[in-house]
Amino acid sequence: MNFEFSEEQLFIRDQARNFLGQECTPAKVRRILDSPEPFDRDLWQKIVELGWTAMTIPESYGGLGLGYLELCVIAEELGRALAPVPFSSSAYLATEAIKSWGTEAQKQHYLPKLAAGELIGTLALAEGLGAPAVESQCLEGNLTAQKFPVPDGDIADFAVVAARNANGATSLYLAELADAGVKRETLNSMDPTRSQARLDFDDVPVKPLGDQGAGDAELSELLDRAAVLLAFEQIGGCQAAMDMGIAYTKARYAFGRPIASFQAIKHKFADMYVALELARANAYYGACALASDAPDLPLAAATARVSATDAFFLISKENIQAHGGMGFTWEFDCHLYYRRAQLLSGVIGTQPQWKEHIVARLLQAA
Amino acid sequence: MDFQDTEELAAFRSEVKTWLAANATRRTDKRHIGMEGETPFREAKEWYRKKAEAGFACLTWPKEYGGAGLTPVHEVVWQQEVENYLTRDAQFVIGIGNCGPAIMHFASEEARRELLPRMASAEDVWCQLFSEPSAGSDVAGLRTRAERDGDNWKINGQKIWTSGAQYSDYGVILTRSDPTVSKYRGLTLFMIDMRQSGVQVRPIKQMDGGQHFNEVFFQDAIVPDAYRLGEIGGGWTGALTVLMSERLAISGIQPTGFPQFLDLVKSLELNGRPIADDPLVRDRLATWYSQYAGLQASYKRMITAVAKGGIAGAEASLGKLVGAVMNQEIANFCCQLLGPAGIIQDPALSPERAHFQDSVLFSPGVRLAGGTDEVMRNILAEQVLGLPQEPRADKGIAFEDIPTGPVD
Repeated sequence: MNFEFSEEQLFIRDQARNFLGQECTPAKVRRILDSPEPFDRDLWQKIVELGWTAMTIPESYGGLGLGYLELCVIAEELGRALAPVPFSSSAYLATEAIKSWGTEAQKQHYLPKLAAGELIGTLALAEGLGAPAVESQCLEGNLTAQKFPVPDGDIADFAVVAARNANGATSLYLAELADAGVKRETLNSMDPTRSQARLDFDDVPVKPLGDQGAGDAELSELLDRAAVLLAFEQIGGCQAAMDMGIAYTKARYAFGRPIASFQAIKHKFADMYVALELARANAYYGACALASDAPDLPLAAATARVSATDAFFLISKENIQAHGGMGFTWEFDCHLYYRRAQLLSGVIGTQPQWKEHIVARLLQAA
Repeated sequence: MDFQDTEELAAFRSEVKTWLAANATRRTDKRHIGMEGETPFREAKEWYRKKAEAGFACLTWPKEYGGAGLTPVHEVVWQQEVENYLTRDAQFVIGIGNCGPAIMHFASEEARRELLPRMASAEDVWCQLFSEPSAGSDVAGLRTRAERDGDNWKINGQKIWTSGAQYSDYGVILTRSDPTVSKYRGLTLFMIDMRQSGVQVRPIKQMDGGQHFNEVFFQDAIVPDAYRLGEIGGGWTGALTVLMSERLAISGIQPTGFPQFLDLVKSLELNGRPIADDPLVRDRLATWYSQYAGLQASYKRMITAVAKGGIAGAEASLGKLVGAVMNQEIANFCCQLLGPAGIIQDPALSPERAHFQDSVLFSPGVRLAGGTDEVMRNILAEQVLGLPQEPRADKGIAFEDIPTGPVD
């Protein structure tokens, strides 16, 4: 048993941290927050040049052929830096779907371009309020659907779309978003540093991806993997928000002493630390399960997701609280983490849904 | 990163499995085993002797001190396997987990070779004598005096919350050897023979009716100077070793109540419906599972760090803090779930043989013993996160001049 990342993986993490520390400062994140730009193109280009988009793509398709553990350490750093790029949509969702279920021709078409950053992909799943449920239909190769929210739907070149086939069974399709029948609209979301869109498909020609009718199983496999990777983004954000609060409360004096010396503050941070360590441990367990394709991946992934979501909400809100009134200003960065915590808790499904996954697995094992 | 046993560990695991199957009784339910009474204690000693003879006691201790000379990872494998069996060694956790490491660090080689093997086989039972009526969370404020008397020391005072003192042959005791210097500098740590006339043990009846803890009174009890652990006045350093070992020792075994809760959810029907269908129950199940799984995984991370040569730091406080709180919350939730009958504490009538009712009444103690929730939070905040200490009113003055209140 070994429950830590390897030296090589930690080296990748440190490099990523240094790179993002320079190229993805809070000031740069704020540029996206304050402008209509949906993402940081310059940062995205540099990320592509570093090979992060190629990471888990096999070498035969122009990738680096690395494993999920390497992607996990990158995810943690992207989360820590609040990176305003469509990485999760393209790398964890679209790339994974094509890698897993694409035909040879689809792989040859998409994977090298995804690796090289020439294409950005996403997953179009949700259809409005409630847990993601698929009602829209694809008949005779043509898709008509209203999908929202779609993460990075206004940025992506193509989407993996979930819809029902002629038999009413959920299936995956590949849709080119430049098609004239696709209407795209950027939506206001709680975290404008990560774009969300509404996509209206009006009789758009699409290509089937994977086994037609097996969409539910494929989706849950895809989302389980993404849940582990997103949990790493979440714990990265947790760590950054907690570090921010620690630095502030040590430097801020009231009643003649650093406010961090008051037990009311210390106990708050101890609770944040506990939530983060539990979430981190669950994420590590999830990473192990992901990397080894273990049979308990569904439970491990749901657990990682639920505790990371809880931890990021707790830490991002208590970081605001520890900052006092300044924490409520636009000027301070506290709200960036709070917003990102909301965004990450929503994308790929919220707590009630993932908690149900845990319960189903626990009771199934009876 | 992987979960697989190495070849060597796999072999060890199978050896453990075989031995347990032949020598221990498989657990049929997950209830805590009672610690009180003479019979379980004798059985426990017998069990431990058997385990020691087979070479499974104190796996990480050097062989010359009665251990098996193995790694913390072997210990984890043992714990994982032994969990499935009825074993009674809770009485020895404090001696082996807390006192043992202090003796290994600070005692003379002669004392180590004499005392540790007998501790490892549970021939001798040990207790830890730190807390006092006026020194709980502020344990360094203790007042039990140690006065030099030739080659011996004379001990006078009172200890409290001493687990297992009634069974113990020896104790590790923290004393005040010099009240004229500041409080952390006037402490000295000793090993003490508990079977002497100057030591009197009185059980404390707890709010749940049990008698796990004791008061221990010392009246001119004698300790030879050879039983001193560390320097005169250096007792606090030794005490910290013991306290950190304690947190490590209990962090792996801290009951959370989760397995019992899961059993209940899987089996119980109320008002003609499985409680597993209740959305509130499902929500709590998922939340507590995510914490429970997090504890298990963080324990594995800690062991990985220890196995790589690191030491278990203050992070070990996390398991105790989370487990103790969860245990109380789960117990209360389950009693609420049962309706009016939830208040009945009768093994014949209450689910899981009244485990949840027992836990409601016992769990407040778990949040206090071995460092309160609040002390654990201070440790995490100060030692892990580096937040500054609270200003103290007892700093820089002699112990005897520190103000005391009207309540001890």
